[in-house]
Amino acid sequence: MKPAQFDYLRAGSIEEVVSHLETYGDRARIMAGGQTLMPMLNFRLVEPELIIDITGIAPLAHIRMSGPWVEIGAAVTQSSLLDWSDLSREVPLVAAALPWVGHFQTRNRGTVCGSIAHADPSSELPLVLAVLGGAIDLASKRGTRTLKVSEFQLGMLTTARAPDELITSVRFPRAKKGEGYVFREVARRHGDFAIVSLAGMAVAGQVVLGVGGVAGSPTVRAFGTLKDAALDDALNAFAWEMGGHDDVHATARYRRDLVRMLGKQVIEEARACLS
Amino acid sequence: MPILKAGERHTVTLTLNGRPATGYAESRTLLSDFIRHELGATGTHVGCEHGVCGACTVRVDGKAVRSCLTLAVQAAGCQVETVEGLAPRGTLSILQEAFKRHHAVQCGYCTPGILMSLTHYLETNPEATEMQLREVIGGHLCRCTGYTQIVAAAVDVATRLREAARKP
Repeated sequence: MKPAQFDYLRAGSIEEVVSHLETYGDRARIMAGGQTLMPMLNFRLVEPELIIDITGIAPLAHIRMSGPWVEIGAAVTQSSLLDWSDLSREVPLVAAALPWVGHFQTRNRGTVCGSIAHADPSSELPLVLAVLGGAIDLASKRGTRTLKVSEFQLGMLTTARAPDELITSVRFPRAKKGEGYVFREVARRHGDFAIVSLAGMAVAGQVVLGVGGVAGSPTVRAFGTLKDAALDDALNAFAWEMGGHDDVHATARYRRDLVRMLGKQVIEEARACLS
Repeated sequence: MPILKAGERHTVTLTLNGRPATGYAESRTLLSDFIRHELGATGTHVGCEHGVCGACTVRVDGKAVRSCLTLAVQAAGCQVETVEGLAPRGTLSILQEAFKRHHAVQCGYCTPGILMSLTHYLETNPEATEMQLREVIGGHLCRCTGYTQIVAAAVDVATRLREAARKP
């Protein structure tokens, strides 16, 4: 399995990237860590004319706090974010989910923004971004814009990024003291695609649960102060409404079971973290 | 930088196990193929070519990565380390010694990749726990050993490194 032929550009600046994207549009592909794009190239699921490598662009290599956000540049790898000393204080849900993203070896190259850009229904970072209500910064020849995650994630492998746009960074809201965050995942092997992943956030009485791996994109719902049988019923309705499918990894019924059972655990644990 | 054209041969120079090495690569050539076919270092094995099995794991600038998910042209100028570099003067590394002692090798196909991953991990986390080591090994597929001996060898090395660090 080898990629089809393509031209390769190691870009030196954001301007260089967007000017090539303006010319090539969807005939070009951005490569950051390449941990999803390379398998797709090897399988020849994609055959772009031009690969634009953005890993050498210094202004995309930042992790910084900016007001209410933690902003992560498009060249930041998953392992360098995991090594960031403020991670578990600033975005505890990201700290809990990152060890589930691929393997140690793929996190060393795979990027945070690349995972958001690819929008795999079972991938962890898009789920966490959806639960936290993050934002995505995009740049093109036409200018820059910032989209809320709800405007950005459109469905399975589908985002609102235009063919001439580069994702320059992603923003996660910074956590405040006393909030509760929990992440759970079921996969065949730690690091493989999630059968179901769940992320919970408890903020001042409100509980939000997000589920990945069932619907086409991460699905988020607020469960307020529901408890006991009322919570079970609400989780059951949620599990059915997401409309999961049978596949080689698990049946739709098994996925609903996981949402009902682990969903309740995640909600209860997130509430228990509240202070 | 100029665009590297498809279908043309480009010169790629990198450092392989401490020595400069040069070869030709197309823009689409995988680092795994470049190391094996151009540079002749066949210790790195190729399994699945989509990042799942881990057989092709090498170190690029110190970090364990899948060489089948890296382009040769991306590694230009980088420090690349392969299994051949672990025992440069014929002396096994502490990890290779442990693999031998625990019989953590059967057919040997997955071994080079696992050695490169664990070498990186133990270098940066000499106090690694069994759970952490299991997760690192979890990034590799071995169809012979059942992993028990591989885990035992890794835990053995971590224990030795921990004890060595405590000695005054």
